[in-house]
Amino acid sequence: MCIYLDNSATTKVLESAAKKAYDTMLLNYGNPSSLHSLGFKAEKIISEAREVFANIIKCESEEVYFTSGGTESNNTAIFGAVKAKKRLGNKIVTTAIEHPSVMECMKELEKEGYIVTYLKPDKSGNINKLDVINAIDKNTILVSMMSVNNETGAILPVDIVAPAIKKAQSPALFHVDNVQGFGKLNINVKKLGIDLLSASGHKLHAPKGIGGLYINKKAHIVPHSFGGGQEKGMRPGTESTPLIAAFCEALKNLPDANKELIRLKELNDYLRAELCTIEGLSVNSPVNNLPYILNFSTLKVRGETMLHYLESKGIYVSTGSACSKAKPSHVLSAMGLSNKHIETSLRVSFSRYTTKEELITLLDEINKGLSSLAHIK
Amino acid sequence: MKEVILVKLGEMVLKGQNKNAFETILIKNIRRRLSGLGDYKVEAAQSTIYITPENDFCDLDDAAEKVGKIFGIVAYTKACIVEKDLVKIQEAACDYLENDLLMAKTFKVESKRSDKKFAYSSPEISREVGGYILSKFHHLSVDVHNPDLTVRVEVREKDAYIHGDPKEGAGGIPVGTGGKAAILISGGIDSPVAAYMLARRGVQLTAIHFASPPYTSERAHDKVVRLLRKVRDYAGRMKMYTVEFTKVQEQIRDNCPEELATVLMRRFMMRVAEKVAKLEDCKALITGESLGQVASQTINAIACTDAVATMPVFRPLIGTDKAEIVKTARKIDTFDISIEPFEDCCTVFTPRHPRTKPTINVLEAAERKLDVEGLINECMENLEYIWIE
Repeated sequence: MCIYLDNSATTKVLESAAKKAYDTMLLNYGNPSSLHSLGFKAEKIISEAREVFANIIKCESEEVYFTSGGTESNNTAIFGAVKAKKRLGNKIVTTAIEHPSVMECMKELEKEGYIVTYLKPDKSGNINKLDVINAIDKNTILVSMMSVNNETGAILPVDIVAPAIKKAQSPALFHVDNVQGFGKLNINVKKLGIDLLSASGHKLHAPKGIGGLYINKKAHIVPHSFGGGQEKGMRPGTESTPLIAAFCEALKNLPDANKELIRLKELNDYLRAELCTIEGLSVNSPVNNLPYILNFSTLKVRGETMLHYLESKGIYVSTGSACSKAKPSHVLSAMGLSNKHIETSLRVSFSRYTTKEELITLLDEINKGLSSLAHIK
Repeated sequence: MKEVILVKLGEMVLKGQNKNAFETILIKNIRRRLSGLGDYKVEAAQSTIYITPENDFCDLDDAAEKVGKIFGIVAYTKACIVEKDLVKIQEAACDYLENDLLMAKTFKVESKRSDKKFAYSSPEISREVGGYILSKFHHLSVDVHNPDLTVRVEVREKDAYIHGDPKEGAGGIPVGTGGKAAILISGGIDSPVAAYMLARRGVQLTAIHFASPPYTSERAHDKVVRLLRKVRDYAGRMKMYTVEFTKVQEQIRDNCPEELATVLMRRFMMRVAEKVAKLEDCKALITGESLGQVASQTINAIACTDAVATMPVFRPLIGTDKAEIVKTARKIDTFDISIEPFEDCCTVFTPRHPRTKPTINVLEAAERKLDVEGLINECMENLEYIWIE
């Protein structure tokens, strides 16, 4: 038995996407920059993928750049924006619950002398809109905010950022790390006034090693590497046509985002309600979070112990973020949760394949684990 | 919260007897443009078109963006639908316009009441809703003359609607009310703009593109397709014909004086375009020419080109400067595609010193060395088309 509930870490690749990659390697192997028809075929694969990607966030296809994934997209966006705007100010606004691929960029920029404001969530895990408005001023050159937190599923108020930048008459560019929200939560970059948006393929049943970055064509950022001018010079290097083809295929096969949200909300509500009946257990995800994620603390058994116990039953979950394994969660501590909460926390994350039966088994095994495993003092 | 898009009609409202026909076409255009985006009900009442999502899966922002590019609409806005109950209207106004209210320093409330049975008059609604907003957002103050935000409340027959400032629509008149015409499209900056301008006057378009393989590549053809897709966002779906033009250009090069090549080519284009246009029941041709821009766009050259056309040839850009054309091209988002560097059929056989003042006699003499009919027929036999959907 395999019940995979760690889909926010990564997902299984869709079979047709894997096949697309394979076929592209063997049949459409031309260099997209070549003038002949084999090259043009490869270029067409990429332009189709660009269109499909663009359609998800409602931008123009020429505003989409392919990268190796979320981390590269975040790094390109953040350093590129800061470099382009460095003469206009020295402040950056972000949150205390960003992914390490944003957080570590911020620490580097702090070393270079930039002043970074980390907005803290409230106890429930949400970022307050007024805090965002008050943090942005004329010297702010970048606001970077994730759309969905990867550990709790909290949905952040990305809709207030662009108006707040405008109101403060700030020159800031607005970056959204949309790795957890891409294809799941409807994000319209034009309506939200987003300048830069990162996405990753492997959270949506595409292979690892492929991601995308949206750059508003009115926003100028500075590239970090230089070469043959591919991706309009933003990300030079021969494009990975096979991975791009697979990414495109995975995106084309996404279920309707809104329908899926409704279905998963039911599952999430069910799991939440059942967990709440377990004595002492506390749910860390805010109400109305992205229903793909649920974070909770048993307060009795160490998260990692429970994880390995569940694993022995064929159920795969995680303790917080897979990218910072064994480190205590900075997200839960920013929420002001106790060490005991943090130590005993678990994250389950769903995909389109998740069923209620799987959750019933999970609940059953958690209950068994809680009664058989040693409790922490 | 239930939402709807409210559409205010443009100058078509003024067109007396034709009003109903225009409205019917506009509703059909909206339906067609929204197909594939989800299930919407589109209906008209009291000079307003209501676009209502039929279920929770519709992305209204997406639909609103499409609506913003449909001709015949002066203004549109997303609005939320509320029960006709003052308390509910007050709460919904704060909720629905939260971000706008957070951002504004000053505001006012404007109310309309077409349901006169509603217990509050328009000024009363404004006062009550305004007062409630002030009690919730302490940073705000009222400014009736020049507010940052106008909260609009409309109490209609069935429901009440709340929205902020409406957006400007694409203007013009609905595509399909102005007959059919064919646009000669090259891949440059001008012709997509010309197409856009006449579509805005209600014209339904067919596109004709001249290709000269192997001098022009598949990528050049693809560029035109991408340009037309941008035009389609405004003009609706259209057919794109591709004429294989290599032989005509080679024959001109081999048999005629070099300085006449461009005008001779333009005359062939007109002849072929007219035949293609007739296939689609088009009654006019459209080109992107602007007077004096290049040698083939002088008055004399245009006179010689038009001499072979029997249909009217519309040149909406004739009196515009390049800078103005570029501005529109940017607005309709064709500029970046137009400047991609691919050879098109106009640039391949360009003479070094084209004649700026050709005469019809000279051109006709040159054409006597060519099998004009035969060449045109060959073009028509090799004609291909695709739908730009």
